[in-house]
Amino acid sequence: MTVRHIVGAAVPRKEGWDKVTGAARYVDDMVLPGMLYGATVRSNVARGKIKKISFDSNVDWSDFVIVTAQDIPGKNCIALILDDQPCLAAETVNHAEEPILLLAHANRHKLRKAVEAVSIEYEALPSIHTIEDSEQKSTIIWGTDNIFKSYLVEKGDVDAVWREAALVVEGEYFTGAQEQLYIENNGVIAAYDAENGVTVWGSLQCPYYVHKALMALCGLPENKVRVVQMETGGAFGGKEEYPSMIAGHAALLAMKSGRPVKIVYDRMEDMAATTKRHPSRTRHRTAVSKEGKILGGEIEFTIDGGAYATLSSVVLSRGTIHAGGPYFWPSVRIRTKAVATNTPPHGAFRGFGAPQSLFAMERHMDRIAEAVGTSPVEIRRRNFLKPGQTTTTEQTIREEIDLDRLLGRALELSGYAAKKTRFAEENKNGSRKKGIGIAAFLHGAGFTGSGERYLNSLVGVEADADGKVRVLVSSAEFGQGTNTVLCQIAAEALGLPYESVAIAQPDTTVVPNSGPTVASRTAMIVGKLVQSAAKGIQQTLTKTGLLKEECTPEQFRAACREYIAEHGALKSYARYEAPGDVYWDDEKYRGEAYAAFAWAVYVAEVTVDLATYSVTVDDFVALQEIGKVLHPVLAAGQITGGVAQAIGFALYEKVVWQNGRMINNQMTNYIMPTSADLTPIRVFFEELGNVHGAHGAKGIGELPMDGPAPAIISAVEDATGVRVHTIPLLPEDLFQALGPDSFGRPVSSSVRETE
Amino acid sequence: MNSSPETSAKCEISFSVNAEVKSVFVYPMERLLDVLRNDLGLTGTKEGCGEGECGSCSVLLDGMLVNSCLVPVGQANGANIITIEGISTHVLMKPLQEAFLECGGAQCGICTPGMILAAVHLLEKKPEPDLADIREGLAGNLCRCTGYMQIFEAVTTAARRRVAK
Repeated sequence: MTVRHIVGAAVPRKEGWDKVTGAARYVDDMVLPGMLYGATVRSNVARGKIKKISFDSNVDWSDFVIVTAQDIPGKNCIALILDDQPCLAAETVNHAEEPILLLAHANRHKLRKAVEAVSIEYEALPSIHTIEDSEQKSTIIWGTDNIFKSYLVEKGDVDAVWREAALVVEGEYFTGAQEQLYIENNGVIAAYDAENGVTVWGSLQCPYYVHKALMALCGLPENKVRVVQMETGGAFGGKEEYPSMIAGHAALLAMKSGRPVKIVYDRMEDMAATTKRHPSRTRHRTAVSKEGKILGGEIEFTIDGGAYATLSSVVLSRGTIHAGGPYFWPSVRIRTKAVATNTPPHGAFRGFGAPQSLFAMERHMDRIAEAVGTSPVEIRRRNFLKPGQTTTTEQTIREEIDLDRLLGRALELSGYAAKKTRFAEENKNGSRKKGIGIAAFLHGAGFTGSGERYLNSLVGVEADADGKVRVLVSSAEFGQGTNTVLCQIAAEALGLPYESVAIAQPDTTVVPNSGPTVASRTAMIVGKLVQSAAKGIQQTLTKTGLLKEECTPEQFRAACREYIAEHGALKSYARYEAPGDVYWDDEKYRGEAYAAFAWAVYVAEVTVDLATYSVTVDDFVALQEIGKVLHPVLAAGQITGGVAQAIGFALYEKVVWQNGRMINNQMTNYIMPTSADLTPIRVFFEELGNVHGAHGAKGIGELPMDGPAPAIISAVEDATGVRVHTIPLLPEDLFQALGPDSFGRPVSSSVRETE
Repeated sequence: MNSSPETSAKCEISFSVNAEVKSVFVYPMERLLDVLRNDLGLTGTKEGCGEGECGSCSVLLDGMLVNSCLVPVGQANGANIITIEGISTHVLMKPLQEAFLECGGAQCGICTPGMILAAVHLLEKKPEPDLADIREGLAGNLCRCTGYMQIFEAVTTAARRRVAK
């Protein structure tokens, strides 16, 4: 008998038919009887004291529900890591768009006018808007030093390497803010009654984050807060923390009015007020031997966290650990910090700090290659991490990853060598210059360090009397394929058809806390727990003698029926157990940072048009090792989607700030790639396996965000000779870098030769 | 941005949606999007940006692909409208929906209804589109999840199957 595997097969997406027919229910598709609409009155200054709030007397306010900070029954904060961010500003505001007051009304059009009829007077306070301003400390806006968090990673004796270095290469690199731009804006509905407490339905990634935040804000016990995730129209990290804020607002309005309240942002509000990718600055100073081997170096990585701490410490952590890239550093000192500025807090966005520090690392490798007098390919070959060596946090690479071979395959797939030669020849004429560039990188799956231990995730699987199985997790589907992949794993574990397994809608009264849906952890960590819980069902049935190890779906159904008739229910839970061999020191930031890394080499081919200064990506090869591909179509979709977002990060998407406020907060003037902008993104996988993940899977959601930007910018450099160290690179930026008449002019070198 | 539509009196407007005649009593300046969603309960049509950039609210209006967030409902009087719910009213709809499901053309699903209607419109004009036609034909519909590759594949697959029949 041939066994047909469900894991690894392209089964249909669980909620797919509902999505293609328009039947899937998103929060804005839901209407409750007597429901009001809610809106937020926000700060229009970057920093100041609230002096007076006045209501236009031409509006009949008796019609409106009005909520201020005084109406908060619990603690006025969005409980997350530090409780520094208020739900509604009471006395001072620390960024533009900070929520101050809430309104609700049955008529949306009246509500919109009413928001404009509330005016707030401020006593302005000095504000800061850049990393440099924040570092100067002439104005302190957070704590005693404007620093949310700092880390120091030290390996070996870096102070000793400068003497033996043939070359010291320095560089400074910048990345900009980026908007997640999920197509469905943030939204929730909240309802309240004294008996059941608060219920929230929303577009969100982390039901239990919202649950925790609402308990603190509303002063309610665990069983009086219920959070339900609706179909979620994209998230990418942008619905990790902010839904706690909106849910809080809707809950306060619902508690005050006694009626359900819907808050759905429009695009302008969503873009202006909610979190974005942290802008970053990275400085590298690297000691290199004359053969081009990295001897050691100093890396300084700084991110702009905005006005409140939110998730910045965790974003910083991931950026810190990825700062050394997939290279072997005999010694290194990495100093990093997240600083405060008077902009709306920056938050989670696919990659979570790693795309920023890896951009710098990969651009810097090209600088090192140039200083040594070798190629971008060769410099990487000479410095790749090898099995048995240690990362910057002294984690030993145990898997048999061969980055040299991965690079070789990527070069072959892209026709790199031939193109490099051809472009050099063709670029002598004409105004359209071609270039090709590479990036090598890694991405750690799961929470950093001891994070998974603290999360202590719990997963359930249940079966009913008809032998139908249901997976119980708080891990949310927002396009990545959570529903499908977790059902595949459960079906495979039980030897049942895929159709026999369903997944419960995330609802905190129904599903246990399997942790947040972040950090590329769902397939690997939660998947493994689903597998264990499913096997637990089988063990229960075999132990009671109702089932043999090998069974048909009919036998499984009969066993379930019999078991449930006798015991009432058939459920199995699995809790996360940290692998015994994983060691992590939170103090020294040393040890096994991640249970597994995914590895990749990407190759980008571009055309730079020197008439318009536009850059187009002509071909893109994305080759990665991701353990085990659980679903070929979904996995490829994660990669192409991530690459497209990263092309935006590199070439299109620029947040324009004015006094800490995003002023291009529309899809008309914040430009993401369209179908006309993207040519084939070619995806290839290698599968080495991974002992920590279900069926050997690693996380892949964030990986494709890391590599495209440096590969593309390297290709632009190859095409034009101009050195670019800042993204996004829009035509006007390239125009400035090149100058109208100075094509190919080299920029002054930052290489210092010793002795 | 959106000014209130409550500037002139409500009136009765009739049109055909998915081959059914509907009459609504609404402000003529209300957005067709809101009338479809709120008055007729056709929530498959989605709002992404409210300014005609993202295409999530695309519907077919007398055979034209329009952003329903930009169409005042008064303009739709007497029109023939097809939304994503009109699966049985257009011969191209189901093959495209099946191909989107199969090829991974839908991830989070929020752009999918509009994207499928744009694809219907494209295949009506060009039954055998090449990649350049597809890229151009769908350029008014933004997708943040897929990077479009699997959407191109879905449209190609549906077109090929139709021609093969």
